[in-house]
Amino acid sequence: MTRRLAALALLAAVPLAVLGVFFVLPVSGMLAQGLWVDGHVDLRGVLEVLARPRVHRVVWFTVWSAAAGTLCALLLGLPAAYTLYRLSFPGARLLRAAMLVPFVLPTVVVGVAFRQLLGRGGPLGPLGLDGTPVAIIAALAFFNVAVVVRAVGTAWESLDPRPAEAAAALGATPAQVLWTVTLPALRPALVAAASVVFLFCATAFGVVLTLGGLRYATVETEIYLLTTNLLDLQAAAVLSLVQLGVVVGLLLVGQRLRSVPDPTQHRVVARPRRPRRGDVPALVATGLLLVLVGAPLLTLVTGSLHREGAWGLGNYTALGRPDAAGTTATGALVTSLRTAVDATWMALACGLLVAAVATRRSRSRTERRVRSTLDGLFMLPLGVSAVTLGFGFLITLDHPPLDLRESPLLVPVAQALVALPLVVRTLTPVLGGIDDRQRQAAASLGASPWRVLVTVDLPVLWKPLLAAAGFALAVSLGEFGATSFLVREDRPTLPVAIYRLLGHPGTTNYGTALAASVLLAGTTVVVMLAVERLRVPSVGAM
Amino acid sequence: MLELDRVSVSYDGVPAVTAASLRLPEAQVLAVLGPSGCGKSTLLRAVAGLEPLAGGRVLVDGADLAGVPTHRRGCALMFQDGQLFGHLTVAGNVGYALRLRRTPARDVARRVDELLALVDLAGYAERLPGTLSGGERQRVALARALAVDPRVLLLDEPLSALDATLREHLAGELRRILRRAGTTAVLVTHDHEEAFAVADRMAVMRSGRVVQEGPIGEVWQHPADAETALFLGYARVLRGPAAAVVARAAGLAATPALAVRRSSLVVSPVGRLPGVVESARATPEQVRLVVRLEEVGEVDAVAPTGAHAAPGDVVHLTVDPHRLAALPES
Repeated sequence: MTRRLAALALLAAVPLAVLGVFFVLPVSGMLAQGLWVDGHVDLRGVLEVLARPRVHRVVWFTVWSAAAGTLCALLLGLPAAYTLYRLSFPGARLLRAAMLVPFVLPTVVVGVAFRQLLGRGGPLGPLGLDGTPVAIIAALAFFNVAVVVRAVGTAWESLDPRPAEAAAALGATPAQVLWTVTLPALRPALVAAASVVFLFCATAFGVVLTLGGLRYATVETEIYLLTTNLLDLQAAAVLSLVQLGVVVGLLLVGQRLRSVPDPTQHRVVARPRRPRRGDVPALVATGLLLVLVGAPLLTLVTGSLHREGAWGLGNYTALGRPDAAGTTATGALVTSLRTAVDATWMALACGLLVAAVATRRSRSRTERRVRSTLDGLFMLPLGVSAVTLGFGFLITLDHPPLDLRESPLLVPVAQALVALPLVVRTLTPVLGGIDDRQRQAAASLGASPWRVLVTVDLPVLWKPLLAAAGFALAVSLGEFGATSFLVREDRPTLPVAIYRLLGHPGTTNYGTALAASVLLAGTTVVVMLAVERLRVPSVGAM
Repeated sequence: MLELDRVSVSYDGVPAVTAASLRLPEAQVLAVLGPSGCGKSTLLRAVAGLEPLAGGRVLVDGADLAGVPTHRRGCALMFQDGQLFGHLTVAGNVGYALRLRRTPARDVARRVDELLALVDLAGYAERLPGTLSGGERQRVALARALAVDPRVLLLDEPLSALDATLREHLAGELRRILRRAGTTAVLVTHDHEEAFAVADRMAVMRSGRVVQEGPIGEVWQHPADAETALFLGYARVLRGPAAAVVARAAGLAATPALAVRRSSLVVSPVGRLPGVVESARATPEQVRLVVRLEEVGEVDAVAPTGAHAAPGDVVHLTVDPHRLAALPES
């Protein structure tokens, strides 16, 4: 027994060390900056920060904009989840894949696309929505509707159709069936999707920063402004703490809701059926959603093809032209890809270890508890602002023995940490779903532990592993929050380069930013569509 | 030769198996029989090295297996639901262990064909497990387990996932195959019919302890106690005066308790025990009765098909002494 625990500790040691050095240390370092003044906890300072009217405004705006974004995403996503996962029509699979696109788009790109759509001169410019909370909420919903479609859709797909049929046989109208049978059965998926979307909305960074500017700040962008522009580390640390607390609470609630699935429900994948007349409202709503999702992207693409009043590829040829700092957008793309590949293998190696340790069969209660704690621990990076993490890296990993300021691995490590929870969430259900008796059968036939892995785990795991790799790659490519702190001035990643281009005045810079956004979006979308072809259900289903 | 010497296993400090001792000679089949939750599967898993021992030793051919990992024990384990590898064909599954041992491909193919013929699945080599019926899957699992001539074959309720007819048929098959392969095997089951059909020896387990062990006929003839008798398919246990009356009618010595099978009391004109029929139910083989006997009370009895015995009739019963078991204490 003690030997098993020792082996468990040994296996867990690597990911734990990584988490300790690259997450706990930087984040606590950042928090200490603000809370620990002259050798003691500065409580009065904390209270002073919490009493500021601007902090109240920022927190309130974060909460209500996230709630509104979540609500919009839910309302828009539900009909699409039904249409895309329960009905069969030509192109359904392609549409499902297309629906995933907004979620993997880099936040900066989403911000740019919405500015292009709503800004002066944009197709919806006359509405005057640019720079208003409506723009931010619309962008948040756009970004997260994919999560709702995905999470609720897969649950809906595997919903046993018989209770609904029984209700219909008892005289319930389709609307009554939906309200009394289907939605209650979907409630766990709905709640889970809503809490994840709320989490993503409340910690959104790139979108809010590009659309809200200084006027409409959320906690996340406020932390950024406080640290970079105002150098008020104490306030930034306090806000980080507030955010951490709220997010951890949300995660715990989500975990609780996920861990009590109704045992009487069976996973039956019902055969999708042809659309009927009653499905027209859902089809119309889905079409509307497609238009809403497509419009910003379309304006982004058309905008990128427009330079100095004429159509052409001028913005794209400008991608190769060096700016004042001597960097080019194409160079930034190469940097982005390199960084993302490094981040991906790190996240995969670490995530695989965590998933393996967390899902092995436990022989005692202590062991079980250790394993599930470990699993939860690696969800933490999801809850900490990427900005906090990035700034924490800067102030803690800058002196020996851990002086990584000049290391080319600094940015990949930070991105890997951001991608790690997604990798773990993709791999854990797959590994946990393997019947342990398969491994025992192989072992009893004479397979060594290594052979057991090859025979039983690998055939099931390779596709999810590839999918997780693609997912991590896409996330790293678009990562902006932490990267914007850590990236070296002369070697920006593409999202950072786009943000810089936006900051420079002039329409040519803006046009180049649009072209660069299309380039970045294209790259992530290609990666993500490749992942989607692998058809791994747990990808993106947090 | 498999030996279990006071083997104990516990989960989180709760004992699942307590000091179980068993001996199984070469090429014999032992059935471990017990109600669900009695620890019989745990015992099997302990032999396979899947559960750490809290005490005692497991020996194969005199060698202690402590510290030997599962894959080096040479104990092939077959599960209730087969646990075939879904991505491998039938041939791939059966030949799995052979390929692990780097057997040349030609020999693997030959042996796989032999084994598939042995389990009556010749021609199934290229099928995938998902396309097989439950019974076929179990036979593939059996062939896979037999492929490397395991020192001990461990069968965990191999037939209980199947329906009744198939189970009966496969139990006979299993015995034939194990006999022909000359395999030493331990079969865990909660079904005494299955145990009788397959095994040479039997161990009865209850609440983590082995309560009785021996050649199957002997255990069947002399159950250790009332509970064991009922579990082995005896219909009732009579005690005190009732036991004495029936024992006397069978020409046996008086005994404090007597386990009676349903078929040990037979309606016959020459019967010496008169009683009144309480209920009757016809089966294809015989008529099953419940009869109230004087001084004894309710007992189960049988009458030949066609015999007229309706509730309320008076019948006479003879006793078959070979279908009774005297129990040591009440």
